[in-house]
Amino acid sequence: MSKQLRLFEGPTFSEPYTVSQLTSRIRHLIEGEPELGDVWIEGEISNFGRASSGHCYFTLKDAGAQIRCVMWRSVVTLQDHLPTDGDLVLAHGRVGVYEAGGLYQLYVDQFRAAGVGDLYQQFERLKARLEAEGLFAPERKRPLPRFPCGIGVVTSPAAAALRDVINVLGRRYPLAEVLLAPTLVQGDAAPPQIVAALEALNRRDDVDVIIVTRGGGSLEDLQAFNDERVARAVTASRIPVVCGVGHETDFSLADFAADVRAPTPSAAAELVAPDRAELRTQVAMLSATLVAALQGTIEEQRWRLAEQMQALKHLSPAAQLAQARQRVDDLLGRAEAAMYYGLILRREQLSGLIGRLAGVSPLGTLKRGYAIVHHRETGDVVRSVAQVAPGDALDIRVADGEFEATAVNRSHTDDGGTDDVRERN
Amino acid sequence: MMSENEIENLTFEQSFAELEETVRKLETGGLTLEESLTLFERGQALAAHCNAQLDQSELKVRQLSPEGVTPFDPEG
Repeated sequence: MSKQLRLFEGPTFSEPYTVSQLTSRIRHLIEGEPELGDVWIEGEISNFGRASSGHCYFTLKDAGAQIRCVMWRSVVTLQDHLPTDGDLVLAHGRVGVYEAGGLYQLYVDQFRAAGVGDLYQQFERLKARLEAEGLFAPERKRPLPRFPCGIGVVTSPAAAALRDVINVLGRRYPLAEVLLAPTLVQGDAAPPQIVAALEALNRRDDVDVIIVTRGGGSLEDLQAFNDERVARAVTASRIPVVCGVGHETDFSLADFAADVRAPTPSAAAELVAPDRAELRTQVAMLSATLVAALQGTIEEQRWRLAEQMQALKHLSPAAQLAQARQRVDDLLGRAEAAMYYGLILRREQLSGLIGRLAGVSPLGTLKRGYAIVHHRETGDVVRSVAQVAPGDALDIRVADGEFEATAVNRSHTDDGGTDDVRERN
Repeated sequence: MMSENEIENLTFEQSFAELEETVRKLETGGLTLEESLTLFERGQALAAHCNAQLDQSELKVRQLSPEGVTPFDPEG
């Protein structure tokens, strides 16, 4: 096997290749080409067949050529739907060589319907237009009712989506009533039927919320929910709408127009109704709060009663008497205190006065050696020599007593003595 | 004064909302004992009614048809 292959150097008869060597070389050439490992091919399906192994074999062709194709079972099971002969499709895959069969073929891993590009463009254009019109504006979205009684469901009666919705609602919230508005969910007849179903539900007064739903499918399958009429009918619905179309990755215009978008039909049912297990817990909690609140009220009343009884005690005659007695005591005490302090005050005032009196008393002057002279006959205090004649009797008052005297002589202090009053001494 | 019959006629939404309101009133306090007891009894009845509705087992499914509203037949 160490022999070098020289395929393009011209045949040499001395060293012929085996079929395996040649085929292997061809395989390496084809499969070594990156561009052929990741290709989209448009063509028409023919000879589509599914083997018992689950793998699918078919041919893609156009006017001038054809290529064998294989789709392995693992890929087949991922397809929502398989093409049939005559379908124009876009197939994606890699080109490889099946050496044992001497075949080069396309190993397909993905399909899209041809012309799908147009659909996407249409979708985007319509979406942009409706968006500009404000159909999808967040402020248009309405809240869903907390506890819906009537739940309208717009879908096909045969759809798995309906079974999912009924199962989820039966488990979570069987107290609601489901009202199915049956419609086609696929094909050209579907959009007018969906619009009519929405309108019919909106004319009723026993529907609180509407689920618009269908299961997954190809972009064409979901096309009814990208119809402008359907999007407008969803927006126009008086009743809030939850839209669950296709799988998580599918976004339809009806989804955008709905008040709430759900990724799947089951999720739509879950969004529409609360879970009764949670509600049971909530009711139990409210019930417990009710008991606690009543106990609180009783406790509060008991306090108020205790307060009233306390107040009553204060108002009893005995209590009032005691109050009065205390008040009298109080007043007496105050009166006594007032009198006591009044007395002290007076006493202090008095001793102050006495002090001041002592200051002006003549007795103080006498103690210093002065004497007061009274004329015996007149009783006048002698202030001038003119009041006295020699021989007059005088009473002299000094600090510690009195004595009698007789005037003898007299003289004026300033102008020298004229009259001598010493006559009798 | 409400009767039991009236509670029977309430939807789940109505009875649940009234239960919440009853609890709120009772919690606010400032009620006489009699008012509290009346509210409490009403609340208990509402809670029981809520539970009874939650225990309902069968989801009712009907469909719109040209003849009006008919029971939904999954096979039809």
